[in-house]
Amino acid sequence: MAEVRIENLRKSFGAVEVLKDIDLTVEDGSFVVLVGPSGCGKSTLLRSIAGLEPVSGGTITIGGRKVNDLPPAQREIAMVFQSYALYPHMDVAANMGFGLRFARTPKAEIEARVAEAARILQLEPLLKRRPRELSGGQRQRVAIGRAIVRKPQVFLFDEPLSNLDAALRINTRVEIAKLHKLLAATIVYVTHDQVEAMTLADKIVVMNQGRIEQQGKPLDLYYRPANLFVAGFIGSPAMNFIAGQVTQGGIDLGPDGAVTLAGLTAAAVGSRVTLGIRPEHVRIADGEGGLRLSATVELVERLGEAGYVHLRLPSGTVAVAEIRGETSLRTGDRTSLALDPTHLHLFGPDGRRMV
Amino acid sequence: MRRHASAIAVHAILGLYTLLALFPIVLVVMNSFKAKRAIFNTPLRPPLPMNFDPVGYTKVFGDSSLPLYYLNSITVTVGTIFLTLLFGAMAAWALTEYKFRWNTLLALYLSVGIMVPIRLGSVAIIQLVAELNLINTLTALVLVYTAQNLPLAIFILSEFIAQIPRDLREAARCDGLSEYNIFFHIILPLIRPAMATVAVFTMIPVWNDLWFPLLLAPAGGKQTITLGVQQFLGQYITDWNAVLAALSTAIVPVLLLYVIFSRQLIRGLTSGAVK
Repeated sequence: MAEVRIENLRKSFGAVEVLKDIDLTVEDGSFVVLVGPSGCGKSTLLRSIAGLEPVSGGTITIGGRKVNDLPPAQREIAMVFQSYALYPHMDVAANMGFGLRFARTPKAEIEARVAEAARILQLEPLLKRRPRELSGGQRQRVAIGRAIVRKPQVFLFDEPLSNLDAALRINTRVEIAKLHKLLAATIVYVTHDQVEAMTLADKIVVMNQGRIEQQGKPLDLYYRPANLFVAGFIGSPAMNFIAGQVTQGGIDLGPDGAVTLAGLTAAAVGSRVTLGIRPEHVRIADGEGGLRLSATVELVERLGEAGYVHLRLPSGTVAVAEIRGETSLRTGDRTSLALDPTHLHLFGPDGRRMV
Repeated sequence: MRRHASAIAVHAILGLYTLLALFPIVLVVMNSFKAKRAIFNTPLRPPLPMNFDPVGYTKVFGDSSLPLYYLNSITVTVGTIFLTLLFGAMAAWALTEYKFRWNTLLALYLSVGIMVPIRLGSVAIIQLVAELNLINTLTALVLVYTAQNLPLAIFILSEFIAQIPRDLREAARCDGLSEYNIFFHIILPLIRPAMATVAVFTMIPVWNDLWFPLLLAPAGGKQTITLGVQQFLGQYITDWNAVLAALSTAIVPVLLLYVIFSRQLIRGLTSGAVK
């Protein structure tokens, strides 16, 4: 296994820059997940690492070796595609051993490695089947098996679970996590599913419009998002945002009221800010207080043990509060909500995190 | 009920067409087994013991040059199919997969070849072949036929290659295959049905062609069977037994080739590759 280091990576399609100055280090043996909305460049970044996409600038090193100008085959990577991309005219065993055959690996060695991968992925009874005779989950495991047998330095996964149904997706997710432990593999994994990102990653890289917005441990991103984009992207339901202006000792939220807040510098007075708070840190509570806002109930979603109340503030902003257990709230009720001061996020006019 | 009726109508029309198309062939095969008098007196009667006469066949197989002409036809047809498929698939792969400067222009140039009949260039072709000292060789025929069939082959195969998922080629690249190996081990097996179609399209006109054998290889034991049959057609006397027998036997090799190719026309070969 090896470390992947990406420095100042740029990529343009004609005049459109899809990757802008990407710096990223994937530590040896770590699981890095690239997330972001569609078109953010995460797949392009992965394909650049694989060598399927020529880059316009910067360097990519795998295991200390600069690979910019090497074809995919010489980068010692293995890629698992979203569509699985199994060779339809070969059986499972041939699919897995195909790459080795062309690397002039001795036949006995190919068979041993295929058998080993089949054992790990429980594909033994399927080795003589064609891809079209397999279910989606089985095809996915064959695709992973094809990657394993090559013993690559780095595994690249391009949204591998998005074609599976919900139940299978959870199963396969767990299997991939186990596989990562078992092989001690370096993995770069692209997904738009933040649950996959949160559960699998050692490090999450949030991308937007060709840039890395933030990278870090999953919970760091969750509790200390660096900017508005990451704050809104990580977490489901998304973080609530309320616009306001810094005053002496607090924030004026316009028609929604005001909150008192310590720790703001005097220099910040007058600047426009955005207050962010996650639904689980908003409580429904009657009465008055420093961090209380009045609101009207728009919708109550009940999921069983928990639920979400959508509230409309006087300014028209909709905020979501998480509730535990039953509630008597109904659409149209007037109530007030309390914000947990220890979990308030404040973002400056440029969208960056303040304090 | 309505669907039922329309299905019957469709089958009736197709059946009628089949009869129409098969009639001359059946007539040729039937009469090839009959005596000369019976051919002219009762052309529509099937061969019966009273009018049976295999003289045509004994003549055809007794003629020492005819087996050679069969062999020539087979050589030319198989050679043409092979070269057309190989170069056609390679060109189609290059034109669809690689983006290079003259890509579109080249594709356009090739499609002109579909529109302009090659026979318009016969005089130039004769000159060229003569200068290359290829008159009365099978090579000349194979080259001309390959040129004639390449444009359409490229056109059809490009469409099929474009339908092969991009992920498959990229998976192969990650697997360490060279571009040649991707072509021979991934692309060719997956476009087999298209190649069979092209092969059938290519084979029939080549086998039946009289024009170019007459121009380019009319002598020296390099005649094809369609040309060879002409020796039984005289200005004053035509040996109909021999002509019909030769034509009947000429059906067999193409029929065999067709059976071979049509077995490749399997649908859904790429199913299971993606998703």
